[in-house]
Amino acid sequence: MTTNSVTTPSVGSTKPVSRQAIFVGILLALGLIAPFAVYPVFLMKGLCFALFAAAFNLLLGYVGLLSFGHAMFFGWSAYITAHAAKEWGLTPEIAVLLGTFVAAGMGAVVGWLAIRRQGIYFAMITLALAQLMYFVALQAPFTHGEDGIQGVPRGHLFGLIDLNETMNMYYFVFGIFVLALFFLYRVINSPFGQVLKAIRDNEPRAISLGYQVHRYKLIAFVISAGLSGMAGSVKSLVFQLASLTDVHWHASGEVVLMTLLGGVGTIFGPTAGAYLVVTIQNYFATLGSWVTIIQGVIFVVCVLAFRAGIIGVLRPFLKKRGIEA
Amino acid sequence: MMTLFGIPAAALFGQLLLGLINGAFYAVLSLGLALIFGLLNIINFSHGAQYMMGAFVAWLGLTYLGANYWVALLLAPLVVAAFGIVLERTMLSRLYKLDHLYGLLLTFGLALIIEGVFRNLYGISGIPYAVPKELAGGWNLGFMYLPIYRAWVVIASLVLCIGTWLLIEKTKLGAYLRAATENPALVQAMGINVPIMITLTYGFGVALAAFAGVLAAPIYSVNPLMGSNLIIVVFAVVVIGGMGSIMGSIVTGFMLGLLEGLTKVIYPEAASTVIFMVMVVVLLIKPAGLFGKGA
Repeated sequence: MTTNSVTTPSVGSTKPVSRQAIFVGILLALGLIAPFAVYPVFLMKGLCFALFAAAFNLLLGYVGLLSFGHAMFFGWSAYITAHAAKEWGLTPEIAVLLGTFVAAGMGAVVGWLAIRRQGIYFAMITLALAQLMYFVALQAPFTHGEDGIQGVPRGHLFGLIDLNETMNMYYFVFGIFVLALFFLYRVINSPFGQVLKAIRDNEPRAISLGYQVHRYKLIAFVISAGLSGMAGSVKSLVFQLASLTDVHWHASGEVVLMTLLGGVGTIFGPTAGAYLVVTIQNYFATLGSWVTIIQGVIFVVCVLAFRAGIIGVLRPFLKKRGIEA
Repeated sequence: MMTLFGIPAAALFGQLLLGLINGAFYAVLSLGLALIFGLLNIINFSHGAQYMMGAFVAWLGLTYLGANYWVALLLAPLVVAAFGIVLERTMLSRLYKLDHLYGLLLTFGLALIIEGVFRNLYGISGIPYAVPKELAGGWNLGFMYLPIYRAWVVIASLVLCIGTWLLIEKTKLGAYLRAATENPALVQAMGINVPIMITLTYGFGVALAAFAGVLAAPIYSVNPLMGSNLIIVVFAVVVIGGMGSIMGSIVTGFMLGLLEGLTKVIYPEAASTVIFMVMVVVLLIKPAGLFGKGA
């Protein structure tokens, strides 16, 4: 009784926040009931790529850095997690954390190198370093080359919950996704995030205001790499496979496409873009290289005519209703 | 058998020659990228796809029109350049006022489309293209066997590179080009049609890529994916050299090709990664690139 009377006025006084809360609540509810209506493995694949794209978006959308090499974090942490779970018998949560930390460490090195240059050079450097890591993955013995690491055990979460049950696995993935997206949301809306946006909009000005621009860029790069790695780690558990596909430059291109299509610099855009691209992949999988052609066409159309992306287009409409997307 | 540093001389020189040939392709491709970047401020991600198109146009010409190698060497660059000019006029030209990254994304999308179409039509197994009979055979130099075609590729690329360098550094047209790279608005005010120069420069850069593709066709088989892996190495070459100087691109391309060939002999496991490692070292020591200026 007393809790009711306390909460009601506060909801009334901050109406925009409550709209946002309802919007997020609906999305959460959709996420929770979705596996009863849609094939769960498809949903999990979408969530992995959505997390990957959201992590990538932190760099492109909020720091203005286009990395063309994010597949190295995604793919390599998949290998690490798969190896840790299969060969060392680690529990899934530890294996995922390990993959995430390795990706963040790689991100620290790659970021440290790449932020020496800007713009187009930054994109070329990240792409070249990713190709380097692709060749390392191709040759390193533990990755098993073209075969990849197969039959990765999903294991028991905390040693208790059996992740071989599809529903358990789904909620595990969904939980990680929600936490990671919330974390990104907090990063973007923190003072740190404000500085990132200042760097994106006017780097010389941010420098003249006394910000250590390189340090901010590097931290953002490490966060982005780490969360990309988390996405790759989870994906290797979902599909019980870590393969060269995920370290290939094609995967780097796909995450750019997802972000661009969904809306660069939006919170839910990468998720929307990821699900669209994954859907296209599933529908046209039998048509082989048509998927590549369709992806190319989407790239061209997005760049020429649809630069705001799906959520970017919906944004003004949602904003009028007090929803930040 | 003669050996050098414990390595059979024939193997060493054979790999060095192969390295030189790869270096020639790196040089021609990075030269085209640098020219396009200088005037258009975009990185042409479809450069690799256009190189592949050059090889395919040569093969299609031979198969369906009976056009021999020499005709292909002349016509394939023109055909691919015409295609490039259409792309520039219809799409790229809309992006000049935007962030340069959009140009990269657009050309990446175009590369995916071009490659996908060729993969659909011709698969990925690769199609052989015969060495023209005038250049078949080889010379025995005593320490190694030199296939004439390979010598021709190196010489033709060198001539092309030096010719381009002379065109840009020593002619009036080149002076316009250099001026427009520095300050397009001012050059336009002098009564020179800069938009046409931009279009032709893109066409020329693409033609260079296609020319390299024709040269490559008899050495590597004609394959829809032949450009995509090459272009990433060329990006690393461009980062190492810096896009500030034409001669810089040429020298860097040849040197890195040689280095790659040498690595194949000494430590084959690192051959595919050595150029990327050089890039890391250069970024640490001289981030602007060996011949680059500023950021």
